[in-house]
Amino acid sequence: MRAAIRVASLLSLIFTSGQALAGYQMNLSPGVTTFSQGAYEIHTLVLWICVVIGTVVFGAMIYSIITHRKSKGAVAATFDDNTTIEIVWTVVPFIILIAMAIPATRVLLAMEDVSNSDMSIKITGYQWKWHYDYNVGEKAEDISFFSNISTPDARSLATSMNVVKDENYLLDVDNRMVVPVNKKVRLLFTSSDVIHAWWVPAFGVKKDTIPGFINESWINVPEPGVYRGKCAELCGTNHGFMPVVVEAKSEEDYAAWVASQKTAAADVAASANKTWTKDELMAKGKTAYATNCAACHQANGEGLAGVFPGLKGSAIAIGDIARHIDVVIHGVSGTAMAAYAGQMNDVDLAAVITYERNAWGNNAGDMVQPSDIKAAR
Amino acid sequence: MSSSNNQDVYFIPEPSKWPVVGTIALTTSVIGAVNTIHSGELSLLLPVGLLLIAYLFFGWFGAVIKESMDNCYNEQVDRSFRIGMLWFIFSEVMFFAAFFGALFYARIIVMGWLGGSSNNAMTHELLWPAFDAVWPILTNPDNVKYVAPAEKMGAWGLPAINTAVLLASSVTVTIAHHALRAGHRKPLIMWLAITVALGIGFLFLQVEEYAHAYSEMGLTLDSGIYGSTFFILTGFHGFHVTMGTLMLFIMLVRAIKDHFTPEKHFAFEAVAWYWHFVDVVWLGLFIFVYWL
Amino acid sequence: MSAVIEAHDHHDHKPTGIGRWLFSTNHKDIGTMYLWFSFIMFFIGGAMALVIRAELFQPGLQFVEPEFFNQMTTLHGLIMVFGVIMPGFVGLANWMVPMMIGAPDMALPRMNNWSFWLLPGAFGILIASLVMSMMGMGSAPNFGWTFYAPLSTTYGPDSTDYFIFSVHMMGLSSIMGAINIIATIMNLRAPGMTYMKMPIFVWTWFITAYLLIAVMPVLAGVVTMMLTDRNFGTSFFDAAGGGDPVLFQHIFWFFGHPEVYIMILPAFGVISQIVPTFARKKIFGYSSMVYATASIAFLSFIVWAHHMFTTGMPVEAELFFMYATMLIAIPTGVKVFNWVSTMWRGSMTFETPMLFAIAFIFLFTIGGFTGLMMCITPADFQYHDTYFIVAHFHYVLATGAAFSIMAAVYFWLPKWTGNMYDETLGKIHFWLTTISANVLFFPMHFVGLAGMPRRIPDYSLQFAEFNQMASVGAFIFGFSQLIFLYVVIKCIRGGEKATEQVWEGADGLEWTLPSPPPFHSFTTPPQVK
Ligand code: HEA
Ligand code: HEA
Ligand code: HEC
Ligand code: CUA
Ligand SMILES: [Cu+2]
Repeated sequence: MRAAIRVASLLSLIFTSGQALAGYQMNLSPGVTTFSQGAYEIHTLVLWICVVIGTVVFGAMIYSIITHRKSKGAVAATFDDNTTIEIVWTVVPFIILIAMAIPATRVLLAMEDVSNSDMSIKITGYQWKWHYDYNVGEKAEDISFFSNISTPDARSLATSMNVVKDENYLLDVDNRMVVPVNKKVRLLFTSSDVIHAWWVPAFGVKKDTIPGFINESWINVPEPGVYRGKCAELCGTNHGFMPVVVEAKSEEDYAAWVASQKTAAADVAASANKTWTKDELMAKGKTAYATNCAACHQANGEGLAGVFPGLKGSAIAIGDIARHIDVVIHGVSGTAMAAYAGQMNDVDLAAVITYERNAWGNNAGDMVQPSDIKAAR
Repeated sequence: MSSSNNQDVYFIPEPSKWPVVGTIALTTSVIGAVNTIHSGELSLLLPVGLLLIAYLFFGWFGAVIKESMDNCYNEQVDRSFRIGMLWFIFSEVMFFAAFFGALFYARIIVMGWLGGSSNNAMTHELLWPAFDAVWPILTNPDNVKYVAPAEKMGAWGLPAINTAVLLASSVTVTIAHHALRAGHRKPLIMWLAITVALGIGFLFLQVEEYAHAYSEMGLTLDSGIYGSTFFILTGFHGFHVTMGTLMLFIMLVRAIKDHFTPEKHFAFEAVAWYWHFVDVVWLGLFIFVYWL
Repeated sequence: MSAVIEAHDHHDHKPTGIGRWLFSTNHKDIGTMYLWFSFIMFFIGGAMALVIRAELFQPGLQFVEPEFFNQMTTLHGLIMVFGVIMPGFVGLANWMVPMMIGAPDMALPRMNNWSFWLLPGAFGILIASLVMSMMGMGSAPNFGWTFYAPLSTTYGPDSTDYFIFSVHMMGLSSIMGAINIIATIMNLRAPGMTYMKMPIFVWTWFITAYLLIAVMPVLAGVVTMMLTDRNFGTSFFDAAGGGDPVLFQHIFWFFGHPEVYIMILPAFGVISQIVPTFARKKIFGYSSMVYATASIAFLSFIVWAHHMFTTGMPVEAELFFMYATMLIAIPTGVKVFNWVSTMWRGSMTFETPMLFAIAFIFLFTIGGFTGLMMCITPADFQYHDTYFIVAHFHYVLATGAAFSIMAAVYFWLPKWTGNMYDETLGKIHFWLTTISANVLFFPMHFVGLAGMPRRIPDYSLQFAEFNQMASVGAFIFGFSQLIFLYVVIKCIRGGEKATEQVWEGADGLEWTLPSPPPFHSFTTPPQVK
């Protein structure tokens, strides 16, 4: 039955898709930075060279296929080599290759020059979210945050049917990376677990984030706007759900954003000192769970058989509270279960643990306060 | 089996069960090995598989030896065997090349990057500021997860003796070969026996060295890249010496049974080549793992 | 050298029953087993591709969980590469190399059989992990056919260790197969068959065999390091202990890049046999074909890091690997030009093998062009890990390597079975396959350039149309292969009898043997002038 509905919805999509989703793109976009434009130019050059060579080669072949056929009475010639022409078709491609290599080298050298930047941002890949840290290098600001896909439900077959298919489906995040325009921003890439790749096509930057190493690149965005990209290196189950969103702001707007981030951080710090009610914790916990934990343990708490354990009815989630807190904040080393102490604040941790202990029929009944987390850290 | 050493005859072996036995043996062993690793206790499949592998070797080589003794092989077959053995040894060279490659890459490139060279200044500054890029690594980047050894494995103690032992064994096996070609059976057996003894001696010293590394130096498989490359290279080499010694031993038995003639003794030569190869690998190890 | 076959007691009797296959020492029977194995794996790997295409038919998740999707991608890639293309070519080599050089069989027939029988063991292990996964026990390999660390080491599922040993077994099989081919070619050529008289197919396989011996052990080495990293505490691929995940990629691609030429050089050989036959004209530039093949093989060892431009190598390395890779276009171009020149002023007919060969030249060249685009480092920053790459390698692998195997099967099937295949059905198969393959793979260029990453189970809306197109093409492509299966079975069971020469323009020792050839190909070495 369910399969039938799916097939029907597939068929209806074929017929409606034409009008609904007009305006698709077939070529590389020139983008907005010197990198992306450089890549675009060299792409166009090489593409056309290939088209020309292809036309010549295929043209000769098609001509031969049409005219030199037995059915037309063609009689096979007997030549089987010709040194001159063989030298020609070795040397000419070589010259063409040199003609391609020169601009390619020029573009590449410019890209790899990270000197004289105005500010730096450290970008860390996590399974399956990004972390942006402004607290490095020149003009360090005490700002850092995680950036998660804004529609966590899209990640699972069980929940995805009702996902709103908006223009930015799979391309939106909760917290955007923000940069000022017309500044050379140095980007430092690393990872906390597996290799990811941070990619924004409009910038022409794609760099692997390698655990234990730092790669560098830079951008200088000329105009304000929102630029979208994705993780481009297979990084596990939810590799397809790791969007990158960068917002470039004018100098003033950027300054305002920096200020607002600082106030927000102060608010969070304050809220960690108050005592929360269970309902508040459950509500906050539900969102925190969807964002941080559902990728593995699934929205219904049942996990994925053999890969990620279910939390519904799990001995830890309804058992000793201290053990539960310990698993979540320190992780289980050697498994995909990371230590969340550094990834979430006290309030969210308290909320998410409370939620796990009381959702999906789990009936521990107790709750965890931010102060408990602080003590357990 | 009448057609003695007839050069005009192609030899094609009869249908044989050994290949299929080989597959079953290997499949059983590897499943057994993984099950053992995962559960931490011996899976029955592993010993069964290993026994099957032993059965395979005895059976298959036994069949070949019989055919050879029955003079089924002409020169052409002999050449095929030689080509086969040479390229098999080449494939072994490439197997070690992978590990040597890893060693050089780790020593030259990774070391530098973790220490901040080339385009990795920030790697050092932000991630591993305390890391000191000297080989061998006596303090790992994360010295809690991987505890580095207290000292480097020196070259001039046991390893130097082992080098001498292996080099000597390469000489003795050559002397044995000369004896064989000259048709002198007694010296053949004697020099071959000495070679086997040297092989065993090498292995004995190697075990000694490992024991020392583990119990006194803290140099283990999990002591970081130094320990990793050290043990994978010397370990696989040691494994090859073991196989080589075993093969030499079988040659010894066959020499005693008078299987070889001054003209026809491919098996002996193949083993000698293999032994020289193991020796050359050791020289590489001695220079790059122990000495430099 | 006059010769009779010495097969111990019973001469020229074909062994019968299951034992004929299990215990075989006959190059034709082993070749047949390789080819059937490859065909079966093609359906299994293809079925996985159809799962992928079904899921990608429209945005949103419809059929499988992302975790399972990753397993499909991984096993599809592994099976197609190691289970279809490589065994397919080894099967062709087994059948044809001895016949082409005038030998009775392969040089080391028992080892030949072992090379084959290792494969069912290796793939049995691999596929068992998928079956377990579908039954809810653990996960099959899910880290892509390139199994990058640390996704496959620290984060790999338990089945990874089985996978590692299965790769070891595949490697053993390939190495022994390659040694056998080298020994056969070096040692069993008929009198007068000098190296520069060998058919191009034999040459390409000769060189391929060297590639195999050089790189399969390296693959074995790298999976061994994975095994110890996963289970015995080593830190080859972990910076915390002084290792580097990128080290994995270097070693993998040192194997992996030559590997892609392992999958295309024999294809070049096949095409170089077919085109002259149906153009009724000698191959143009025989010796430059040989030298070009050797140059490609040599260059393939020094270009591996073009798969790793985004890993942050120093710029000097990026430049080196870009330049070295570009050079491969030259010898490959020589081959393409030679084929065109062979056709030029020939007297062509267009039976199914020739159609597939021509399609190969067109489509492989397109794939080669995109390859050239990707080796331009700054542009590759945009292409890397997108569907543009997926388009590239399906053009060279599916419409390249796989097409050449289909061409070869049609070309040699009459020789193998003694019967002509059904030409009409063959042509229908060809046209359906070629058109649908382009419907399937061409749109991938567009979505790739527009920014669709590979290895994702779900995508954003702007990629919808082209993905639909590709999925439709995929299903037509897939089901067209049932025609192929039917043609092959029909041909085995009967049909118009084939002559010795089979094709009017066919030239070479294999065409002097009866169709089907006797159990031991040449019991008397033929004299080659
Ligand atoms: C049969 C397999 C096969 C073959 C033959 C090739 C051939 C080539 N490949 Fe391809 N490649 C793959 C299989 C293959 N590849 C696979 C499987 C991957 C992906 C792996 C993965 O990540 O999963 C890949 C990925 C891949 C990448 C990595 C992309 C990335 O991940 O970012 C690159 C980059 O340089 C590349 C380049 C090339 C080049 C330059 C050739 C050249 O050999 C092509 C040469 C041919 C021509 C150029 C056409 C004919 C020539 C002429 C007509 C002459 C005149 C032409 C000019 C002078 C322009 N390939
Ligand atoms: C030789 C190699 C080869 C061949 C022939 C193919 C053939 C096909 N490939 Fe494959 N492909 C690879 C090698 C190959 N592929 C590799 C190496 C990868 C990379 C993997 C990775 O990223 O790690 C890849 C990845 C890959 C992807 C990207 C996946 C991703 O990034 O997530 C896609 C997506 O469309 C795809 C599709 C197809 C399709 C539709 C075919 C079609 O040609 C298949 C045709 C179908 C059939 C032949 C099936 C016939 C079946 C039936 C008729 C049904 C009946 C079934 C039974 C009886 C069992 N392939
Ligand atoms: C990347 C995948 C992943 C994410 C994201 C994740 N976990 Fe886990 N979690 C695991 C795995 C794998 C285990 C099993 C560890 C083991 O083998 O003991 C686990 C175990 C647990 C356990 C112990 C359950 C039991 O019965 O053994 C709890 C509790 C838990 N996780 C809570 C959380 C919370 C809370 C979050 C979010 C803040 C979270 N997890 C996010 C993968 C994940
Ligand atoms: Cu992160 Cu893919
Ligand atoms: Cu390559």
